[in-house]
Amino acid sequence: MSLLNVKDLSVILATNEGPARAVRNLSFRLNRGETLGIVGESGCGKSMAALALMGLLPEQSETLGEIKLDGQNLLEKSDAEMCQIRGNRLAMIFQEPMTSLNPVHTVGHQIMEPLRLHRNMSENEAKAEVLRLLDRVGIPNPKERIDNYPHQLSGGQRQRVMIAIALSCQPDILIADEPTTALDVTIQDQILELIQTLVREEGMALILISHDLGVISENTDNILVMYGGCAVEAGGTAQIFEELIHPYTQGLFAAMPKLGRARGGRLVTIPGTVPDLMGLPMGCTFTDRCPLATEVCRNTPPPIVEVKPLQFVACHHLDEARTRKTEELFS
Amino acid sequence: MSVFIAKRVLTLIVTLIGASIVIFLVMEILPGDPALVILGVDASDEAILALTKELGLDRPPMIRYWDWIAGILKGELGTSYAYKVPVWELIEGALLITIPLAIMSIIISIILALSIGLYAAANHNKAGDITLMGISQLGISIPNFWLAILLIILFAIELRWLPAGGFPGWDDGLWACLRALLLPSLALATVVGAILARITRSSVLEVFREDYVRTARAKGLSKQATLWRHVLRNALIPVLTVTGIQFSALLTGTVVVENVFHIPGLGSLVLKAINNRDTIVVENVVLLLATMIIVVNFIVDVLYAVIDPRLKAHDI
Repeated sequence: MSLLNVKDLSVILATNEGPARAVRNLSFRLNRGETLGIVGESGCGKSMAALALMGLLPEQSETLGEIKLDGQNLLEKSDAEMCQIRGNRLAMIFQEPMTSLNPVHTVGHQIMEPLRLHRNMSENEAKAEVLRLLDRVGIPNPKERIDNYPHQLSGGQRQRVMIAIALSCQPDILIADEPTTALDVTIQDQILELIQTLVREEGMALILISHDLGVISENTDNILVMYGGCAVEAGGTAQIFEELIHPYTQGLFAAMPKLGRARGGRLVTIPGTVPDLMGLPMGCTFTDRCPLATEVCRNTPPPIVEVKPLQFVACHHLDEARTRKTEELFS
Repeated sequence: MSVFIAKRVLTLIVTLIGASIVIFLVMEILPGDPALVILGVDASDEAILALTKELGLDRPPMIRYWDWIAGILKGELGTSYAYKVPVWELIEGALLITIPLAIMSIIISIILALSIGLYAAANHNKAGDITLMGISQLGISIPNFWLAILLIILFAIELRWLPAGGFPGWDDGLWACLRALLLPSLALATVVGAILARITRSSVLEVFREDYVRTARAKGLSKQATLWRHVLRNALIPVLTVTGIQFSALLTGTVVVENVFHIPGLGSLVLKAINNRDTIVVENVVLLLATMIIVVNFIVDVLYAVIDPRLKAHDI
C-alpha cells in the first residue's frame, strides 16, 4: 500500500463569478521515502492540490475524491483529527518566507509550538530540540537565533526556520510549495540541497511543487505535470526527460532559458496565457494554447494512456505529439 | 528607548505650550466679564471695576498668560473667581470622579469590542456577525446623552437597579461609587466600544488571511488556538491606535454625560466654570484634559512596542 494515495481529487473554489474547478480529477501515489515533483505554470492548481492535502483550503471551497494516508481518507476526517495530522504526519513549507512567520513571536517560540503540540515536550525539552533543529537546518549560533524575531533574519534564514518547523515532528510527508521561488538565486540551491539532505536522512517522502522544470528534474524521482487543474503527464523523472510527450510538457521545456544556446535569440514562449479557471473547455484544458488541438480536444477529456512503463500522458494526439519535434511545435 | 522617551517628552511639552496658548486666546476672545457675572447685572460700574482689579483682570493679556504658566510651573493653579477657592481643590475632587469614570468606560468598551469583534470575525458573514455589526452600527449612531437618558429610564426608573444620577463620594464605599458610575460609563462606552468592535472585527479578519496564520494551521494548531496565539496580538495593533484616538472622544463625552447624570466630575466643573466665566478654572481644566489625552497616546505608543517587536528596533 502506498503511503499516500490520491484518487480523483477535485477542488472547487467559490469565487465571485461562481464555482471554479481549480483541481480536476487528480490522481497520484507516493511511497515512503519517495520524492514527487509537481510542475506547471502559476494558476495550474499545484498549490491548491497541496493545500487540499493539508486540509487548509479556503473555507467556502469543496474537495471531492479521496486522499488516503496509510489507507485512511483524510477528506473524511474532522478538523480536530486533521489537527493531529497536520504538522505531525504532513508538514508544509510555503513560498513566502518573508510573510510565513509570525512577526510578533520569536523563531524559537514558533518552532517550539509543534513540538509541544504533537510531541508533548516540556518547555525545556522543546527548547533543547529547537536548538538541535536550528543547527540541523544550518542556522549559525542557534543559541542567539532562538530568541530572534523573524524580521531579524534574512529570507534564506527564515526559510530555514520554516524547514525546521516542518521537520520538527518528523513527518511522513513534506510538502514544499515553491520553497525557493522568493529567494535569491544563490540561496535557492542551498535550500534545495538542505531539503534533499533532510528528506533523505529522515526518510520522509517529499512533494516538491515548482514552476521550474530544472528544479524538479534535479530533485525528484517522479514528476506530475499539471495544466489547468489536470495532470497532463506523469511518470518517472528519468523517463519523462528522456522523451517529453505532452505538448504542454514540451512547451514548458522549450520555454526554459538555456545557457549558451541561441545567443541573442528570443526566449521561446507558449502562446497565450494561463486560462481563467472559469472558462476552461470541457475536454483538454490545454486546447486553447496547444499547436495540435482539434475539435475533439475541446469537447472530450483525453484518455490517460500509459505510453511507456512509468509514463502516463493525457492527450488525444499522442502519435503526433511524439513524432513532431519540440522546436516545430513551439518556436 | 531613552531616545524614544526623550522625543516624546519634548513633543509633550511643545504640544502643551501650543494648547495653553490656544486655550488662553479662546478664553480671551470669548465675551463675558467674570466680575459682571459674579456681581450680577445690577452692580455698579465702580464695584465691577474694583472686582476686576482685585481679580487681576485689568492687566494686559500677555502678563496674565505668563502669570498662569509661571503659576503652573510652581504648582499653583490660581484661585477660582467664582468660588474663591484654589482651582486645584476644585479639580482634585472632580478628577477623583472623572478618571475612574474614564477608566471604567475604556475597560467596558474594550471588553465589548473584543468580545463582539472576535465573535463576529469568527462567525464571518453568518447571522451572528451580521446582527452584531448591525447593533454596533446603531451603537455608533446613538448620541451618548440620549443613550444616557434611555439607560436612566430603563435601569434606574423602570428596573430600579441603579441610581439615576449623583455621586455619593468615595467615603461611602467603593461599591456605591461604582454603582453610581456604571450607567454613565456604559453610556460613554457604547459608542467607543461599537467603533472598536468594528475595528477589531476587520482587523482580525485581515490577519486571518496572513500567511503566518496558514503556517500556524499547518503546524496543527486548531482554529481557536490560532486565533488566540497568532491572530489576536497582531490584530490588536490597529485596535490600540483607535483606542488612543477614541480616548479624547471619551473625555469630551464625559462633559455631556456627567451633566446628564449630575456627577460632579471634570465635565460638570468645566461647564459650570464656563457659565460663571470662571476663566482660570476653564483654562486649567482644559489644559489638564489635553495633558491626559497626550499622556494616554504616549502610553499607546509604548504599548505598540510591547505588542510588535519590529518597532523596538527603530524609534517610533
